[in-house]
Amino acid sequence: MINAFAIETENLTKIYGSGNTEVVALQKTTIRIRRSEVVALLGPSGSGKSTFLTTVGLINAPTSGRIMIGGELIMDGTRALTDLPAFRRKHVGFVFQKSNLIPFLNARENVQIALELNGWTPRKARRRAIGLLDSLGVADRSEHFPTMLSGGQQQRVAVARALANEPNVILADEPTAALDSHRGRQVMQLFSEVAHAHGAAVIVVTHDQRSLDVFNTIYDMEDGVIRQGSLRQAHKHDDEASLR
Amino acid sequence: MNLATKDIRHNLGRFILTTVGVGMLLMVVMGMGGIYRGIIEDATLLIDTVGADLWIVQRNTRGPFAEVSRVPANLVHRTLAVPGAKTAREFVFHTIQRERGEIQRGQGKPIRIAVVGLSWPIDKGAWLPLVRGTPLSQNHYEMVADRTLGLSLGERVRLGKNSYTVVGITEGMISSSGDGLAFLTIADALDIQFDIPGEATRLEREARHTRGSLSDLGRAQPSITETAFKLPTEIAAIGPRQISAVMLTVLPGTSPDDVAAIISGWGDVSVYTADGQREFLLKGTVEKIRRQIGLFRVLLTIIAAVIMALILYTLTLDKLHDIALLKLIGAPNTRILGMILQQALILGMTGYGIAWVLGLKIFPMFPRRVILTGEDLMQLAAIVLAISVLSSILGIWKAMRVEPNEALTG
Ligand SMILES: Nc1ncnc2c1ncn2[C@@H]1O[C@H](COP(=O)(O)OP(=O)(O)OP(=O)(O)O)[C@@H](O)[C@H]1O
Ligand SMILES: [Mg+2]
Repeated sequence: MINAFAIETENLTKIYGSGNTEVVALQKTTIRIRRSEVVALLGPSGSGKSTFLTTVGLINAPTSGRIMIGGELIMDGTRALTDLPAFRRKHVGFVFQKSNLIPFLNARENVQIALELNGWTPRKARRRAIGLLDSLGVADRSEHFPTMLSGGQQQRVAVARALANEPNVILADEPTAALDSHRGRQVMQLFSEVAHAHGAAVIVVTHDQRSLDVFNTIYDMEDGVIRQGSLRQAHKHDDEASLR
Repeated sequence: MNLATKDIRHNLGRFILTTVGVGMLLMVVMGMGGIYRGIIEDATLLIDTVGADLWIVQRNTRGPFAEVSRVPANLVHRTLAVPGAKTAREFVFHTIQRERGEIQRGQGKPIRIAVVGLSWPIDKGAWLPLVRGTPLSQNHYEMVADRTLGLSLGERVRLGKNSYTVVGITEGMISSSGDGLAFLTIADALDIQFDIPGEATRLEREARHTRGSLSDLGRAQPSITETAFKLPTEIAAIGPRQISAVMLTVLPGTSPDDVAAIISGWGDVSVYTADGQREFLLKGTVEKIRRQIGLFRVLLTIIAAVIMALILYTLTLDKLHDIALLKLIGAPNTRILGMILQQALILGMTGYGIAWVLGLKIFPMFPRRVILTGEDLMQLAAIVLAISVLSSILGIWKAMRVEPNEALTG
């Protein structure tokens, strides 16, 4: 679907717990993100950023509302309309702050497994994994286990894995928290390049104010409510990214 | 990419230690089975190898293995006259315990010998599984000994008043209580059994003489009491030698049961088939130990299963975060189930292999036979397979409940 948004949510709500312990982490959020759009999500701790990301990433069922990805209705309330693991491995790539990599697989295998899960033959998957690691500048570490990699190297391997299946949606939760600002910026730029090269929508939760210029759109989140960013004007597409 | 082997490779040291532990546990289970098998085999060994169709024993006893049986030696001739009888042999069986220093050069460790009398000259022990030497070649002062007795070929062994030369060595000839067998002629076996000290003989002769001289016959004919000082075999009324049993083989085409039917009519003896004798041993003498070991084996199997389940469960617990991560990147449940199941099978089968190799090295050093039969090994393999699958269930159950977003915490 050419005109479809990469990600659309409709009154997406997530409530943790019940009664006294009830926390509304996400409040009736309606948001649309286009293909090739790179979005930053800012907000104080506990505002619900991770919740939004995991809900949209289909690993955290919403309490109510709808999620559409690539124009296809995936979640209607708590009801899944497709095989979520299968959908995830084809269309969603994740990068998180830490504990991203499977410790008993080396860098190359961490990327390769994501491809093999999608039906790639081991031989082809291996070749592509090495290619991806090479393009991220960690080819020389491809046979190293995660514990033998620096934080930045680990993060780049995680990015390689997120990109491996050319997903429509890339979700990153503070991916640069463990990196120095230079490396952090490199990773952000990488997301931007991938978004434009493959037409993927990218949502990055970040606290890093310095790399915000990389993003098309900036959202602020507070108490489960997402608003168009006021910190600074995104330099393009901001009129098209819509928010209700 | 095989996740199970990748994980094992990454934690190889731990996996090897775990497998060796499981292997040793399985070796004990295997050994228990082997001991069980050994006891049954040993119990029935003599009956199976001696090749008798019928055993004729003292009336109402279950001799000669399960209890003491006494029959007169001349019973051999009586049974041979029964239609259908082919051969009849005397059988003497008793166990002696001596100190090694008493019977050979060496230190005073106890040695138990199960003495079997062979019916010379019909039976020279040609049927024995000899590994060295020859069967008996003369009717006195020779013996064939089992290797477990620790006697060497040509060695002279002192038993009772005589010395016996070891002319042959057998292998695996064990009594039902696990003692090595020694084969001598009936006459020698009886000599050893009724080795009466000189003083006892003198006292008995004196007593006999006194009884004789007090009887009417002795008073009327004093010379008759002089026979009291002769050898027992030369005294007419003292009666024939007592043996343990008579072994009978029947003519081809004759049913042992038909022959047994005739003999069972005799008032002084009972008759059993070889199968009947085997039953007595399995249902009587070795039954309790057999059950004991059988139950122990079942218990060990259960313990092995529980331990394996715990190991697999903790292995899975250690991996919960990784499993959540795998699920996050879209690994289906079947893939994760496969990983745990494969690890369980690798653990079980490698452990089994270790048990087998260790067992082959260690079991021959056991004092009693540990017999690993192909059937038992296959059965244990099947049990290990089942245990592996069952014990992984707990881990799998845990892994299936892991939510992908658990990868993000911790
Ligand atoms: N599994 C959960 N059970 C109950 N409450 C939760 C759970 N996860 C998050 N919350 C609550 O939901 C709210 C939003 O949490 P969330 O992790 O989305 O915040 P965040 O914006 O990512 O914060 P941070 O910047 O610290 O990562 C918080 O109040 C948190 O306590
Ligand atoms: Mg967060």
